Amino acid sequence: MALADLFKKKSSGNVAKDRLKFVLVSDRANCSPDTMKLLRDDIIKVISKYMEIDPEGLDIQITETESENRNGRVPALYANIPIRDMRHSSR
Amino acid sequence: MGEVIVITSGKGGVGKTTTTANVGTGLAQLNKKVVLIDTDIGLRNLDVVMGLENRIVYNLVDVVEGNCKVKQALIKDKKHPELFLLPSAQTRDKTSVAPEQMKKLTDELKEEFDYVLLDCPAGIEQGFMNAIAGADRALVVTTPEVSAIRDADRIIGLLEANEIKQSQLVVNRVRMDMVSRGDMMSVDDVCEILAIPLIGAVPDDENIVISTNQGEPLVGSDCLAGQAYSNICRRILGEEVPFLDLSESKGVFGKLKGLFHK
Repeated sequence: MALADLFKKKSSGNVAKDRLKFVLVSDRANCSPDTMKLLRDDIIKVISKYMEIDPEGLDIQITETESENRNGRVPALYANIPIRDMRHSSR
Repeated sequence: MGEVIVITSGKGGVGKTTTTANVGTGLAQLNKKVVLIDTDIGLRNLDVVMGLENRIVYNLVDVVEGNCKVKQALIKDKKHPELFLLPSAQTRDKTSVAPEQMKKLTDELKEEFDYVLLDCPAGIEQGFMNAIAGADRALVVTTPEVSAIRDADRIIGLLEANEIKQSQLVVNRVRMDMVSRGDMMSVDDVCEILAIPLIGAVPDDENIVISTNQGEPLVGSDCLAGQAYSNICRRILGEEVPFLDLSESKGVFGKLKGLFHK
């Protein structure tokens, strides 16, 4: 059974858990897709003042991170911003 | 001075009323003086689950509006002399009662009772706000399904925002056969996601349907669900009770084993 599971797709219980974790993070952050879009555009605008970035490759999402001073996890804004050229930054 | 506990879930149909009936009856079995309040105005249900539907004279709205004294509206349970029900009104709506009025009522009742249990309506609107107004702690009921868990998460946030300090989780309708196949989230999965302390897990047991049909809560009886509810009651009193192994006598193997053991 366990061996067969390796080749089969993920069990529906785990699918449910993963989907829930994802949806709850944005529920808890109370951040709509529209807000995320605005945030994303602003981040591009601000960073572009200092360096050339790849707007297509920009990835932002609200996730969770372990907190040191509070028990458990807290929401966190995660952004991965690929830089194309650092030339603006030297000035 | 007693304690006011609200039983809530967000989503409907996950077992709030069944939990209220069984936990209330279970606390009475442990010799506590208990009053159950059905706060679902317009959709009265706790009375039929308790089997007390034929004894209603006055209801929650009558009490709040001063048409009768609190004592007159309380219905004594069939079996437990220290267990009472304050039924909801069937022909009114949620706006008939305000949160301040509910708080005044529960403050008054906890002077006399050890436990005041509030069966909360589904949703997060005024009915919910009424039910939590006077609550000291909460039992959040959910099932291992995405919709119920998502709503429970919302409710937990609202309970925190309304400064209800202690919220504990009841995971209802667990099917161990499905959990072991990987087709249902386990109790641990649900606890991990919702991140509040577990007070009990109740198996999906057909005896619940039978007991509801008869209007007699099954807490304390021999079946797994009956034991699960008894354990929840003992944990409410602060006792440390180990969690039940819900996988008992499930599936063909388990059933066969059960046959030979009895």
